[in-house]
Amino acid sequence: MAQALIDLLKSQFPTAVLETHSQHGDETVVLDVRQWKAVAEFLYSSPKAAMNMLTDLTVVDYPDREPRFEVVAHLLSLSLGHRLRIKARVGDEAGEGANIDTLTEIWASANWAEREAFDMFGVNFVGHPDLRRILMYPEFQGHALRKDYPADKIQPLVPYREIPGIEKVAPFGRDEGMSFGRQTHSRWADDSEDSQAN
Amino acid sequence: MGELKRSTQVIEAGEGAAFATTRLADMLAWAQKYSLFMYPFVTACCGMEFMAVSSPRYDFSRFGSEAPRFSPRQSDLLWVVGTITQRQAPILKRIYEQMAEPKWVLAFGTCASCGGFYDNYACVAGVDKVIPCDVYVPGCPPRPEGVLDGLMLLQDKIQSGDRRPSIVKPRHDPAVDQSLGLVDLKRSVKA
Amino acid sequence: MEPIDIELDEAELELPEEPMLLNVGPSHPAMHGTVRCVMELSGELIHQVDVQVGYLHRGFEKMCERGTWAQVFPYVDRCNYVSPMLNNVGFALACEKMLGIEVPERCQWYRMALGELARLSDHLTCDGAMAMELGAFTPFLWMIKGREMVWDIMEEETGARLTHSFGRVGGMAAPPTKNFKQQSLAVVEHILGIVSEVEKLLYGNRIFLDRLEDVGIVSAADAISLGWTGPCLRASGVAYDVRKASPYLKYDEVEFDVPVGEKGDCLDRFIIRLEEMKQSARIIRQAIARMADSGPINVVDPRIILPPKDEVYNTIEGTIQHFKIIMEGLKIPAGEVYSYTEAGNGELGFYLVSDGSGTPYRVRIRPPCYYITGGLERVITGQMMADVVPCFGSLNMIGGECDR
Repeated sequence: MAQALIDLLKSQFPTAVLETHSQHGDETVVLDVRQWKAVAEFLYSSPKAAMNMLTDLTVVDYPDREPRFEVVAHLLSLSLGHRLRIKARVGDEAGEGANIDTLTEIWASANWAEREAFDMFGVNFVGHPDLRRILMYPEFQGHALRKDYPADKIQPLVPYREIPGIEKVAPFGRDEGMSFGRQTHSRWADDSEDSQAN
Repeated sequence: MGELKRSTQVIEAGEGAAFATTRLADMLAWAQKYSLFMYPFVTACCGMEFMAVSSPRYDFSRFGSEAPRFSPRQSDLLWVVGTITQRQAPILKRIYEQMAEPKWVLAFGTCASCGGFYDNYACVAGVDKVIPCDVYVPGCPPRPEGVLDGLMLLQDKIQSGDRRPSIVKPRHDPAVDQSLGLVDLKRSVKA
Repeated sequence: MEPIDIELDEAELELPEEPMLLNVGPSHPAMHGTVRCVMELSGELIHQVDVQVGYLHRGFEKMCERGTWAQVFPYVDRCNYVSPMLNNVGFALACEKMLGIEVPERCQWYRMALGELARLSDHLTCDGAMAMELGAFTPFLWMIKGREMVWDIMEEETGARLTHSFGRVGGMAAPPTKNFKQQSLAVVEHILGIVSEVEKLLYGNRIFLDRLEDVGIVSAADAISLGWTGPCLRASGVAYDVRKASPYLKYDEVEFDVPVGEKGDCLDRFIIRLEEMKQSARIIRQAIARMADSGPINVVDPRIILPPKDEVYNTIEGTIQHFKIIMEGLKIPAGEVYSYTEAGNGELGFYLVSDGSGTPYRVRIRPPCYYITGGLERVITGQMMADVVPCFGSLNMIGGECDR
């Protein structure tokens, strides 16, 4: 079902479809970011696709790739009952220049989804009517879900009470809770750097 | 009645009549502890358990803590129920400051007590970072029995005028109790 | 004393013409403690509204990137704390889809029965709270009583009243207890009684009906465009239910109907939830009838499932296996998946990205509430101030799920 959809997209937008794959039954199309909105409009309006619901839009951060962010949208057609995942890659290594067209004019649900993606990752949705933070407060610096934002770095809005010992107890290390496969053993690396410096 | 009894003296006046004397401060504390007007600052999961405590099966109005007041000026007990995020902290602080003295704070659940496993950029690790707290009820969420325990502990503290923070401890920990430790229990089952 | 306003001519009083700004929440009983609405009012009519969420953003997705796959379960529990079991099962199914395994039949029926019980508790809470906010306190007390009974079963099965963390990748933490079938059937019977009592109480109550009927109407096209799913979408007349559209577990083998509303107003959303409880009861009965009394509950795969405690304590192989699963985590092959189930509020999706290590690379939860709350602005604009309460109540916003 969805394979036919991918073929249709390939014939309609030969330059936009960069790669396709199908894993665990989910068809995925990676799109050229410049044709992101055009393809989305086609998927919405074409009777063969009829993607009338944007179920989800999110971002995955790959800090060592260029482009760094992968914008992922999941589409669903209620009338035809098929689903498609579309992706586009944006942003350089520092997370700058991550611009992508907004989908709010096609699906209303993109409004809050894009605001969240902006809030958490700093991806700029060009043409969004109301692009401001939604989950974090406006005073928050940085983007919390980027891999390089430390998980325990707080930015309090009210000063903590002045009582000895009230400050945050020992923050957890970078490896704490991580499985062996993900551990960086950064503490050891830092130690050796320190000893070299000394 | 706890503390009140110590300073109370009943004087028989004969023919079945009697009168009692007590200290005014004790009398006031006794009145306060049985008429706690509460402000439920409900944010998260613990709110479900808070509903359960206030509904008929557990019914904390038996303890005189019946009337919820959604205006901080009319309430003397602030229930902080659920996680307080950095974004929510200024609001909590302002509500606490709006409450009239005497006022007490009860931290309902682990998140309100110490932040729990939300040790991250978004959350305040315990309400005591922002406002003073009288009783901590741990649990994620605490069982209604634990909450009632916490409420009774607070009433005792109000009666004795003790403002030091205290924690509702589990009454019985099977892993520590030597007479019925987990290992012994398993052995006895096997034997 | 002379009245002060004796010289006041009412005809000459000037009414303010500019709209009034009113802030509701976040600590407001009708806003469930975590949503703030800044409204621009003209008289009682709402001109414009800015819905602000995020007061319960607890960094769910960031925390999931910091542990093993199994350590995500407690967090999904606390995402939708009204029906945690549905979230547990949803996440377990997503991981199993990535691993390409299917749990034994007995476990599938067990998951269905527990999940539908959780749905009962969800709808009882939502409808009860909604009625309470409109002043009908009795149905609330009755429904909470029913919910306590569901929680009793949950406590018996899982050991926890509310946050169970009972799901496991490849099965459940424990097989059903001996009394499970009997007790669930009794509770379901009782809850159906409560539902019909509530219907009798409220459907004849003019005040209640007047506050809900034709209030907060959402058309089907709007609801689809806003990404609404679940009871809210079905109330608008779209018969989309993940359990029917793409059945998971054993939902294709049980009989149940999908109730659909007509107008998409608050009353429809209230009734849909009551009707769905009756359908859930049907599913629970069928699941219990078909669930075997004995048999495996977990898949047989030493890489996924922890060995029995006897083996862990007594054999070196068991100890090593246990150690590897706990410390290294389950190894889920690299790739990505979007798995979706029908939770209390609609389509609950998990978009998981794995890099092949024991820790998730990215866990994205598709919260049905978030999109539903995103439509709140459209629902209440143009309504009266007093209608905000039923509109907001009928959407069943769960802070933990909306803000994560």
